[in-house]
Amino acid sequence: MSASLDIRLKRANKVYHEGEVLAGVVAIVSKEAVQHQGITLTMEGIVNLQLSSKSVGVFEAFYNSVKPIQLITSNIEVVKQGKVPGGKTEIPFEFPLHTKGNKVLYETYHGVFVNIQYTLRCDMKRSLLAKDLSKTCEFMVHCLPQKAKLQPTPVDFTITPETLQNVRERSLLPKFLIRGHLDATNCVITKPLTGELVVESSDVAIKSIELQLVRVETCGCAEGYARDATEIQNIQIAEGDVCHSLPIPIYMVFPRLFTCPTLETINFKVEFEVNVVIVLHDEHLITENFPLKLCRA
Amino acid sequence: MHSRARRYESELQSCGLEVAPVEFSDYHPLKSITVTDSKSRRGARKGSTSSSSSSSSSVAPDPLSSMLDGTDPLSMFAAASASESPPTLSQSRKRREKEDEVGVDFEPWSSKRGEILARFTTTEKLSINLFMGSEKGKAPSLASSAVSEKVRTRLEELDDLEEGSQRELLNLSQQDYVNRIEELNQSLKEAWASDQKVKALKIVIQCSKLLSDTAVIQFYPSKFVLITDILDTFGRLVYERIWSMCSDPRPLPDSFTADEVNDTAKETCLNWFFKIASIRELIPRLYVEVALLKCNRFLTKCGIQETVPRLTAMIRGIGDPLVAVYARAYLCRIGMEVAPHLKDSLNKNFFDLLGTFRQIHGDSVQNQLVLQRVEIPVYLTLYSPAIHWILQCVSYRAPEALLTEMMERCKKLGNNALLLNSVMWAFRAEFIATRATDFIGMIKDCDEAGFPQHLLFGSLGRSLACADPPEAERLPILNEAWKVITKVRSPQDYINCAEIWVEFTCRHFTKREVNTVLSDIIKHMTPDRAFEDAYPQLQSVIRKILTYFHDFSVLFSMERFLPFMDMFQKDSVRVGVCLSIMDVFIKHQQEPTRDPVILNALLHVCKTMHDSVNALTLEDEKRSLALLINGFIRMVSFGRDFEQQLSFCVEARATFCNLEPVLVQLIHTVNQLAMETRRVMRGSHSRKTAAFVRACAAYSFITIPSLTSIFSRLNLYLLSGQVALANQCLSQADAFLKAAVSVLPEVPRSISIEGKLRSSEGFLLDFINNFLSALLVVPDHPEAGVLFLVRGLLNMVQDYTWEDNSDAKVHVYISALPLLAAMSQESYLYSIPKVDSNETLYGGDPKFLAEINKLCETLIGQVLDHLKTLGRDESIHRQGSLAFSLFGCLLAHGDLRNNKLNQLAVNLWNLSHKQGYCNTRTSVRTLEFIKHQAQQPDMVHLSDVLHRLTLQSRT
Repeated sequence: MSASLDIRLKRANKVYHEGEVLAGVVAIVSKEAVQHQGITLTMEGIVNLQLSSKSVGVFEAFYNSVKPIQLITSNIEVVKQGKVPGGKTEIPFEFPLHTKGNKVLYETYHGVFVNIQYTLRCDMKRSLLAKDLSKTCEFMVHCLPQKAKLQPTPVDFTITPETLQNVRERSLLPKFLIRGHLDATNCVITKPLTGELVVESSDVAIKSIELQLVRVETCGCAEGYARDATEIQNIQIAEGDVCHSLPIPIYMVFPRLFTCPTLETINFKVEFEVNVVIVLHDEHLITENFPLKLCRA
Repeated sequence: MHSRARRYESELQSCGLEVAPVEFSDYHPLKSITVTDSKSRRGARKGSTSSSSSSSSSVAPDPLSSMLDGTDPLSMFAAASASESPPTLSQSRKRREKEDEVGVDFEPWSSKRGEILARFTTTEKLSINLFMGSEKGKAPSLASSAVSEKVRTRLEELDDLEEGSQRELLNLSQQDYVNRIEELNQSLKEAWASDQKVKALKIVIQCSKLLSDTAVIQFYPSKFVLITDILDTFGRLVYERIWSMCSDPRPLPDSFTADEVNDTAKETCLNWFFKIASIRELIPRLYVEVALLKCNRFLTKCGIQETVPRLTAMIRGIGDPLVAVYARAYLCRIGMEVAPHLKDSLNKNFFDLLGTFRQIHGDSVQNQLVLQRVEIPVYLTLYSPAIHWILQCVSYRAPEALLTEMMERCKKLGNNALLLNSVMWAFRAEFIATRATDFIGMIKDCDEAGFPQHLLFGSLGRSLACADPPEAERLPILNEAWKVITKVRSPQDYINCAEIWVEFTCRHFTKREVNTVLSDIIKHMTPDRAFEDAYPQLQSVIRKILTYFHDFSVLFSMERFLPFMDMFQKDSVRVGVCLSIMDVFIKHQQEPTRDPVILNALLHVCKTMHDSVNALTLEDEKRSLALLINGFIRMVSFGRDFEQQLSFCVEARATFCNLEPVLVQLIHTVNQLAMETRRVMRGSHSRKTAAFVRACAAYSFITIPSLTSIFSRLNLYLLSGQVALANQCLSQADAFLKAAVSVLPEVPRSISIEGKLRSSEGFLLDFINNFLSALLVVPDHPEAGVLFLVRGLLNMVQDYTWEDNSDAKVHVYISALPLLAAMSQESYLYSIPKVDSNETLYGGDPKFLAEINKLCETLIGQVLDHLKTLGRDESIHRQGSLAFSLFGCLLAHGDLRNNKLNQLAVNLWNLSHKQGYCNTRTSVRTLEFIKHQAQQPDMVHLSDVLHRLTLQSRT
């Protein structure tokens, strides 16, 4: 007869802040009584860094993966060796989220080369005959809001063939004039990125206008540092030959987990950028890049 | 047997109940009691309930008709709820809230759906392109924050299954396409039911992606309808799911706020929104977000309010104007459903639409049209459903000023026929009607090459059919409109438009104008038999005319009306039109008519209906046809010109020979005619009128045999016989009655009534009793024997094959006894003026009386024989009741001073009481009656009888 083990956190959204108490229950469901040699709970917060093969080479990436940085760890025995009665048993627990020393609880972030993850693991040790039971559950940590008042930093932009860099044959480019603005480049992570874009004129029909959200992850290591930019998501804001001189809204929600407040530490950095990408019907691709600074307010 | 002498006059007086004038009191069993009750008690609410005051009036002679002008219970409820007591505070608040909502006067989307699907079709091949699993790595990993580990692995497995399940279905016919979409709808529901939420979302995203594809553009509106159905399903599923998450401990009220929603539900809802926000492509993201608009209620109070304007702006990013306008229509539709009070966004949608209007004539569109070989007018009509809908939402209960502003902004745009059309469709009819002349001007200014003008006039006509333009402008409007309509070349387009304008014409003008319109229609529809493809529209024209012209003399005096009718050459359609004409005639013709124009035309119409009857016609159809024709016949009256009327009936008989009910009606009409003649002549016919009534009798006599229903024949023979008798046509009456008697043996033992076989016995007994009472006044034929009709009837009864084991024959015998008793009186109970009955013919001749007595004896003998055979156990009960009815007959009609008769009566009484089956109450009352009778001077002998009758208690 199998028993099941589950961890249920009190908060539905599983979001906690430094200094708060992580509370919940360990739920054991079994038809019969379960004999065990102790149930333990382990809470851990880790930053995993990985070097991209692109910046340091395949082998280095494989061997040189940087040691994970532990942010917080805690272990308690919930129940001593004994028997859990049949039926549904709930054992409440609490972990205070306090760091040791000058460590900071970074915000949960799932990236490519940088991963900041907080987990809670419950283990039930059993006799040799029965398999040990284990259950892991991730919980989110959000940074405390920034104290300083955020000043919006609107950015206006104009894109014409002349403003472009990185062009091979400027003379082959069709004529176009695209104007727009972002309401702010220092964004609150819970609020969308907003702005407007106007196609004033374009010789060639527009095929699509997209917003590309990019993460820039930097990892320090013995050989220096590796800096990689990868796409998080691509949101189309215009499809087809849009009406000229009519403002099109720029709007993008920052995805949870994949974004976090811009982070800069001794060992690694996580930054974000947005690209406004305009695809013309003749497959010309025009990109305008804007670095963002994300924060939590 | 000796019958006792009767003095009918004095008997009537002594027996009659005390005469009391019958008052029509408030009470009637069929009437609802509450009405009058509540009125008298709650004086304060007087007049609020209903107006059924007729109950107390003494004038209303017919309780049923007085019922009718009262209010029936259903409408009473309606009236009661409409006139509720003054609204309390909470009610008035509720009402204010209601004002923001959508009322019943808002035409719902569901009614447009079918129309769009039927209208926008294609024969070209379609394709569906689905990329299931193409978004792998985004949606599932996003979901991971909320879904548990197990679900995640399961979802991943699922993805693997569908990895690369990208498939493109090419060369689909329209029906295939519809089926595919329906399959997707089903798989969406299945996925949802089996907890595969991500798969469900993927299906929805893929479906909405199809909306960005404008290949086979003629089909786009239909595609929109099909796919938004799926989106609706999805929106509903998600909403219900989240709603059910908050149903613990009790379900959320309909008017819940975000505060009442628990965290888990909120988190789930939030998750959906994050997932949607990461959809890569604009159009699926937009549609799915609109579909889930209602879910914003779970998160914040003003979520919807903030989202709708954002979505409105987001649509600006859609380059293709057709795709954009339908996206707007969808947003407006969901917006109206979810938050009808957010008018600003609706308006914004419309003004954005105006802003991008020039796109329609832009290069990209033109190139696409050339590529797809679609003409501009066809292309423009594709916009109509969406723009109609948007305008309908915007203009719903909108203030006049806003409508005017929108009009002005539409006017400013060039090439605005498309908008103009939608404005006329969607705005209030009154608004359009008052500006009809302006609209005509604008329509004329429109580019000929763009939106078809006849559609514009059609839309205008539709509005004018519901609301009236200023009186002075009406004729110019009609002239202007018709000038354009008559130039429309395609018969189908022409009739679609003309049909609409017929209503306006009928509504405001006389037969002259309508006639002109009709002749124009005939002119357009006759070449190449174009009318064959336009029957529905032509029928609608007739219907509209009939709605406004109830005076049939005016209707048929329109020269072109009958030629118009001639265009209906398909039988079923023709009959349908005839039916509707007759229907209106019967409903609205108040006075009988003799107008030859009406008669000729309607006879023609009825003949068409009649001729449609064939072997395959259903009984019900025949019945309804006959009902209409009968209604017509009843409305024909030539006043005092009776001969003309009769010849009409002759003609009608020839015309409608296949419908039995019509023949019956004709016989009734002719009989009525004869009686009317008698009334006019005050009972004494001149030579001429006598000949006429004989002609009437002859008419009936030769018509009745053609009926198949045996009871119709019998009853009509009897009735016509009575009419003939009343008109002093003795030999005709004899002939009718003889015919009736001779038909009797043909009565089958069972007849079919409403499709079920029933025994005919009851009907036959009824008829015979009726017949017997008529025979009292029929004088004997000088050449035939005494009482030859009575004898003839009784012989027939004797020979008739009655049902086995039935007492019917004996019942007839018993009921013949009162007739014979009545015949032996010196003066008869009733007689017919100017007709000598047997009383005068025989003058109480003893031989005649003896003949009657002999007949009575034979009958009684027969009855007694029958009683004997009933002696066996199982029929004892019947024996008792038969004996008792014979006893009753003897008591009432026999002269009990006669010893033999007296003894017989006593014996019968004892026989009926022997077995104790008789009803004691009846027996007691009979005894009381005898006691009462015995008090009269010449009935003393009854008291002796009384002593010999003993009551047997049932012990």
